[in-house]
Amino acid sequence: MAVDLEQLLRPVDNPAPPFPPKVVTLANGEKMVIRQIGRDDIPTILPFVEPLIHVERDYYDIVAARLYAELLGYYRHRVQDEYVLIAQVNGELAAIVNGRRVNPQVGMSYHTLSLKRGMRVGAHAFAAKMEYHIDIMKQEEVLVVAESPIGFRRWMIEYNLEKRFHIQHELGGVPSYALTRELFERARHSLIVGSRPVPKPLLEKAMEAILPPSDPPKPPFDPLAATRAAYDSTGTALRIQRRKLERGK
Amino acid sequence: MRDVYVIGIGITSFSRLEYPLVEIAAYPAVMAMKDCGLSKVDHLFVANMGASRLNHQTGLASALVDHLSLTPVGAETIENGPASGASAIKAGWMAVASGLHDTVMVVGAERMREANNLETTDFVASLTHPLAEQIYGVTLPSLAGMFTRLYMEKYGVTSRHLAMVAIKNHNNAMLNKFAHLHEPITLEGILDSDDALTNNPMVADPLRFYDMCPVSDGGACVILACAEVAKKVKRPLIRLAGVGQATDTHCVHERKEPTDLLAVRGAAAQSFKMAGIKPSDVQVAELHDAFTILEIAESEEVGFFKKGQGHIALEEGYTSLTGKLPINPSGGLKAKGHPVGATGVGQAHEIVTQLRGEAGERQVKNARVGFTVNFGGFGNNVVALTFIKEK
Repeated sequence: MAVDLEQLLRPVDNPAPPFPPKVVTLANGEKMVIRQIGRDDIPTILPFVEPLIHVERDYYDIVAARLYAELLGYYRHRVQDEYVLIAQVNGELAAIVNGRRVNPQVGMSYHTLSLKRGMRVGAHAFAAKMEYHIDIMKQEEVLVVAESPIGFRRWMIEYNLEKRFHIQHELGGVPSYALTRELFERARHSLIVGSRPVPKPLLEKAMEAILPPSDPPKPPFDPLAATRAAYDSTGTALRIQRRKLERGK
Repeated sequence: MRDVYVIGIGITSFSRLEYPLVEIAAYPAVMAMKDCGLSKVDHLFVANMGASRLNHQTGLASALVDHLSLTPVGAETIENGPASGASAIKAGWMAVASGLHDTVMVVGAERMREANNLETTDFVASLTHPLAEQIYGVTLPSLAGMFTRLYMEKYGVTSRHLAMVAIKNHNNAMLNKFAHLHEPITLEGILDSDDALTNNPMVADPLRFYDMCPVSDGGACVILACAEVAKKVKRPLIRLAGVGQATDTHCVHERKEPTDLLAVRGAAAQSFKMAGIKPSDVQVAELHDAFTILEIAESEEVGFFKKGQGHIALEEGYTSLTGKLPINPSGGLKAKGHPVGATGVGQAHEIVTQLRGEAGERQVKNARVGFTVNFGGFGNNVVALTFIKEK
């Protein structure tokens, strides 16, 4: 008897309400639209995530590598009940957040990746993800881990998350914390921002295309590159001087 | 006393620098030597506030003089809190003016981002009185918050004025490639929109997140020389014409009028007197805006505006880059960054760059007289410098 192996490998997603788009005003006055995307959009954003795998700063490498795998898993139907939200500014991809429903009561946050640095872009996207679990999917708590000090400050400290160290998070051995409904309510007026409905022109711009980030995080640059550029466009003189200094000449 | 000139300058980006502290100090030094063409100097002063605590390193000047292959010249580290930079310049000025040395290198360097933000706040709070302030949890932001509240009640400064300082300096920093923050901000984003409270949360009432300077790494260098050497170097002649320093009570609550910054007033008056100028002669200034309120308060104390009028001048655009007296064209501590020990040297770097006419897009037109205020503690030890471009 012929067996359709793909049907066995592919988990069946449970129905979940969609995330209604919202708009957040950033500190620079720009409007950031946060919306849900589907599987068909994943091939568009994967090329924007891949370069960050090579950015060895602020744990972009590990977050991007794992998120890439999770997005691919979602696209290829290898993760059950996963969802992906994106944040866009003028159509440009600013952040990606994802997670999944473990059961009707418990959600699991996977990753938050900011492609536009600063101005709480990642924090706003994370807040939208928590809102999706608690307010829209009506779950009681979300399991959260952090892989970077920035993440730890933004999630564990700002939301005062509860420890769930006895629960194994799907991301591995990092200690698990939880955002409960009660903690979410406490944060609602200070950390959960944005408004609905999104004005039509903004939403249309976001839906039109997911554009690449114009200023994505870059690998650690030589911190003195700006200095070199100002004084010596090639940097040659400085390198020679530095070599001499290192050799004690 | 002999005239003293700034003949060479160098700076790193003020941001997070993933280099050892001694290299953060060495790069601007090499840049400054390259700038003036000197390969050696007579003496080295290094300004640093936190290496022993944050980087587990002491004797930074000894390390740097060797790193730069400048041994056996004399080298000393100078610590005067966040005013270390200008204090080191003052020491260099004294050495040249007195005739002890013909050339002195002054480097400021700090690596603060190695520590986490809680440690850094605690480290800076160690400036406060250990028994009368520190043990009660006083930090620099909390002192600044109380100072701001009094200033608001007394002079009518509002949160909007503070935000205007932040926006102005963030915009200036956009034009400075060495600045820490390259983020334009708007009134809507940090004050007026529904989301502003989250974008710009309260830190020390009434001061919000965008009223605070960032914690930065960075280094800067100036090389000082006597007239004879300065004239041989083919760079514009920028004279360090005025040096002033004054102190105030260690505890802020012991001051007769807590909204007066007497050390700023005294240091500026001395500096102007030595330079033979009036505050109205200054064409560009770098003021120590670790908190937005300080730019307003200092602009009054140094005599640019009457007490209580600084926020009005700001409102009228007087202090913007295209105004009559641009303040903090570099972005100031608020947006250029505040690597504490390097800050005062960084301010001097900016003023010399402006007076030389080399500031590019943020150039203040025809600037000939520049001024800096480097503010230690919460105004208890202040150094003010006046620079004049000679024809």
